[in-house]
Amino acid sequence: MTPNLTYVIVVGVLVAAGVTLLLERSLTRVLMGVILLGNGANLLLLTGGRAGAPPIVGGAPQEEMSDPLPQAMILTAIVITLGMTAFLLALAYRSWHLNGHDEVQDDVEDRRIMDLAERDEGPGDADAGTGDDDDDAEADPERSLTASADAGRAG
Amino acid sequence: MLVLVAVHALTALIAPALVRLWGRHALYLVALVPGATLAWALTQTSGVRSGEPVVETLSWVPQLGLELALRMGTLSWLMVVLVGGVGALVLAYSARYFRSDDPGLGRFAAVFVAFAGAMLGLVVSDDLLLLYVFWELTTVFSYLLIGYDPAKRASRRAAMQALLVTTLGGLAMLAGFVMLGQHAGTYRWSEVAENLPGGGYLAVALVLVLLGALSKSAIFPFSFWLPGAMAAPTPVSAYLHAAAMVKAGVFLVAMLGPAVADLSPWRPILLVTGLITMFFGGWSALRQVDLKLLLAYGTVSQLGLLMVVLGAGTRDTALAGVAMVLAHALFKATLFLTVGVVDHATGTRDLRELSGVGRRAPALAVVAGLAAASMAGLPPMAGFVAKEAAVEALLHGGTADLVVLAGVLAGSVLTVAYTLRYLWGAFADKPDVPATSVRKISWPFLAPAAVLALAGAATGLLAPAVDRLLAPYADLYRSAEPGYHLALWHGLTPALGLSALAVAGGAGLFHLMRRERVRATLRLPFDGAAAYKKSMSLIDRLAVELTGKTQRGSLPFYLGVILVVLVVLPGGALLAGSPWPQRFHLWDTPLQGLAAAVVVIAAIMAARALRRLTAMILVGVAGYGIALMFILHGAPDLALTQFLVETVTIVMFVLVLRRLPVKFSERPIRSSRRGRVAIGVAVGVVTAGMAYVAAGARQAIPISVDFPDQAVSYGGGKNVVNVTLVDIRAWDTMGEIAVLVVAATGVASLIFRHARDLDRRGDIPGGGRAESRPRWLTTGATARAQSVILQVVTRLLFHAIVLFSIYLLFSGHNAPGGGFAAGLVAGLALAVRYLAGGRTELNGAAPVDAGAVLGAGLFVAVGTGLAAMLLGGEFLQTALLDFYVPVLGKVHFVTSAFFDVGVYLIVVGLVLDILRSLGAEMDRQQETEDAEDAEAREKELV
Repeated sequence: MTPNLTYVIVVGVLVAAGVTLLLERSLTRVLMGVILLGNGANLLLLTGGRAGAPPIVGGAPQEEMSDPLPQAMILTAIVITLGMTAFLLALAYRSWHLNGHDEVQDDVEDRRIMDLAERDEGPGDADAGTGDDDDDAEADPERSLTASADAGRAG
Repeated sequence: MLVLVAVHALTALIAPALVRLWGRHALYLVALVPGATLAWALTQTSGVRSGEPVVETLSWVPQLGLELALRMGTLSWLMVVLVGGVGALVLAYSARYFRSDDPGLGRFAAVFVAFAGAMLGLVVSDDLLLLYVFWELTTVFSYLLIGYDPAKRASRRAAMQALLVTTLGGLAMLAGFVMLGQHAGTYRWSEVAENLPGGGYLAVALVLVLLGALSKSAIFPFSFWLPGAMAAPTPVSAYLHAAAMVKAGVFLVAMLGPAVADLSPWRPILLVTGLITMFFGGWSALRQVDLKLLLAYGTVSQLGLLMVVLGAGTRDTALAGVAMVLAHALFKATLFLTVGVVDHATGTRDLRELSGVGRRAPALAVVAGLAAASMAGLPPMAGFVAKEAAVEALLHGGTADLVVLAGVLAGSVLTVAYTLRYLWGAFADKPDVPATSVRKISWPFLAPAAVLALAGAATGLLAPAVDRLLAPYADLYRSAEPGYHLALWHGLTPALGLSALAVAGGAGLFHLMRRERVRATLRLPFDGAAAYKKSMSLIDRLAVELTGKTQRGSLPFYLGVILVVLVVLPGGALLAGSPWPQRFHLWDTPLQGLAAAVVVIAAIMAARALRRLTAMILVGVAGYGIALMFILHGAPDLALTQFLVETVTIVMFVLVLRRLPVKFSERPIRSSRRGRVAIGVAVGVVTAGMAYVAAGARQAIPISVDFPDQAVSYGGGKNVVNVTLVDIRAWDTMGEIAVLVVAATGVASLIFRHARDLDRRGDIPGGGRAESRPRWLTTGATARAQSVILQVVTRLLFHAIVLFSIYLLFSGHNAPGGGFAAGLVAGLALAVRYLAGGRTELNGAAPVDAGAVLGAGLFVAVGTGLAAMLLGGEFLQTALLDFYVPVLGKVHFVTSAFFDVGVYLIVVGLVLDILRSLGAEMDRQQETEDAEDAEAREKELV
């Protein structure tokens, strides 16, 4: 079987566009990236089987039929993408409802660890015995959380 | 023995409930469990005396050769007696030590008895791996007991330190065990001892095992954790850090000793570390002002002594060693308990503040005095008998033994001195300190300590009987000469003279120390605590740096890393290795090129779109284009499904996008955008390359060439794709519909929420609703805003569409269609009803809960599979039924149709769930917000 160049190009473009969107922070964009990527992947699967007449017995001789196996796999993939789209949409809506935007934030705790690393400090955990900052954090969790969240959005 | 361990475990489970019922009195009941252990051990005495071990074996993990092999010889018997006896007494003591309203009491009772069980298991294990398991269990329980008061930082830190140090040693020990066990081919110590390796291999294994023993018993350089562990309540210190857990290391040395004592480097390590520990522990004890810490350092010193005596490894030193283990457990537990009593009665443990306690609490002073006499090695106590034995045994050894003897005597001098310091500090009248007030001490509080002290005296007085009990252990050492016997009086021997000298020297040293002038600071050559601290902070720093470097917390960053790896590795492999197909064709039909152009343009524009709606439409166009390509490929089922899914997706998007802002939030900075595009293009190129190579790489005949025949003969259908879904690869479909149910549940749970704290925060800056923009496509609860004509038309069409979907469902086996496509069609019918008439129309069209539809679908699908199994086939096997129905004539029926019905129901349920969540519920929330806004506005006006 020789490669179908049209498929190859479409797969490449869909994946490129999908990945570009996937790397964005807006959940809606990420979701569209997932859909495009999914379509690209489906088409990639399809290149694994030959094209031909519909795989319905009686319609065409068996040798002329397209390969049914990738089709069955793609069919389930399409419907799963539907479920995933619904879920991500709900997530985007929820994020917007709670935060006023649908952007994927940086993890606040990770941001704090990066700050520690930049200041060349240890985790300062009480049981390690280096500092008292866990008590400070307990005293004012709100402040440090918001500060880190702002840092996350900026970055 | 296994039963006893199990009883401990069960008691640990119910202990908190008992404490809740009866308060601290429940501890007496719990004390019965270690008490039963003691009683059982005593019934085995005669067998142990004759040198017959008690053996129990139960297969556990046969594949690993792991069995619950328990074996109680003399040494284990002694430990069981101590673990059970001291455990029961300490629990009885705890019943007076704690207050009933202590919040941690239930946990204490549970962990304490669990610890006793683990310790019991440890000392009777014959299998080294089993021993290791119990060993680590004692570590974990001791962690929980030291950290009795989790609110105190000192207590948390001490617990963590003890845990880390002993676990580190435990892991080294495990490695040593594995080395020994792998060589011997078994982990039963009684068999491993017969089959030891040699040379460097053995030396490494022994050092590793010793690391475990030394760290557990707080021997230099691991001594520092034990004084820290005094943050625990006194009963815990008395049991774990005097009588039981720290003895685990000593026990291990004693257990392995008979087989390995003469093998290098066992003896030198034990003698050197033991002597160092003994000496510095004793010296530190002399400088403490906290009675409990004084005893803790004393324990460290005594553990060092035990290691020295047991490490010397002759028959007589072994006898002295086990006698010392017994004596030490009895007097040290007693002393800790009396410190607890003093602490409770006076409110302090600081010997600078205590004065005249002995006169006010004479009974307490007598009990403590008895135990102290044993510790100092005065007759007729157990400590005296044991020390005499050790001195005598070393006296008759070689030069090395004499050096050790000198060390032991120096240690004894220190021991006598800190014993006196303890007695003086706790009970003496001090002229320059005001007399301490002493609360009344109830006899149940004192009784456990008194029993232990008297046991110490009895052991000394009955030395010959004890000798007969313990001798079988010592006889494990092969020895030509007739051995030493424990006794109170051996006549005027040199050993007695040396003992007297040590007592006199200790008294003198104590006298000197009281003058405060000779408080010279002696520093250990190597400070374990400082090294521990340093290595901990180093590990912490390393963890922070590593985490900070790798765990950026940014989703695009993580994805980017994954994708770059995809480009570099498989992309590199693509360039390096694969033979590229030389021949290719442009397209199957030119129409494909047309469809492809549509898809390509739409995809690129979608990636660049700034408005959500534009992007959505472009993505939809690309999707329809793909459907077109499916048709041209010869895949009508795929095309049908893709068209329907694309349509449902657009409906969903519209439902959600009506609430989200029109434009995406401001684009990220240009440089990072270029990075994204670069990664995207690179991944696209690599994927295209893979598609190109893969399509040309096939050499074998596809498995699917047989599908058409199988579809007809087994599956009973002509549509090969559909038969593949419901029969040939039905398990795939099963998994997929399960995913759909999960996704639907997730959607519903994200939208329907009742917890107030998760509710929107309309007042946060930059957040909230897009109040100023016009609302579109709001489908109200009632039909007032909608076109009546549209509603009527959809109502008319609805049933026709549903009927068509059912036709698709059943014809799908032989023609394009099937459960997925049919379900989507029915779902679209519902969507149309909802869009035309809002949620009342939706409820009218589908007066059922989406969850019920999903559940029914899953039930039907799984039920079909199970029915096939019940009828003797495989899960989801298809049966072809041909039967005759009077009116209809001959009916051909395929059971996989039921499975397809399940799929159909699940897809309908999913779409219904989406409409209810993203549609109806969002409408309702919008209306609520509108109402709230109106209310707020009215209030402002007022």
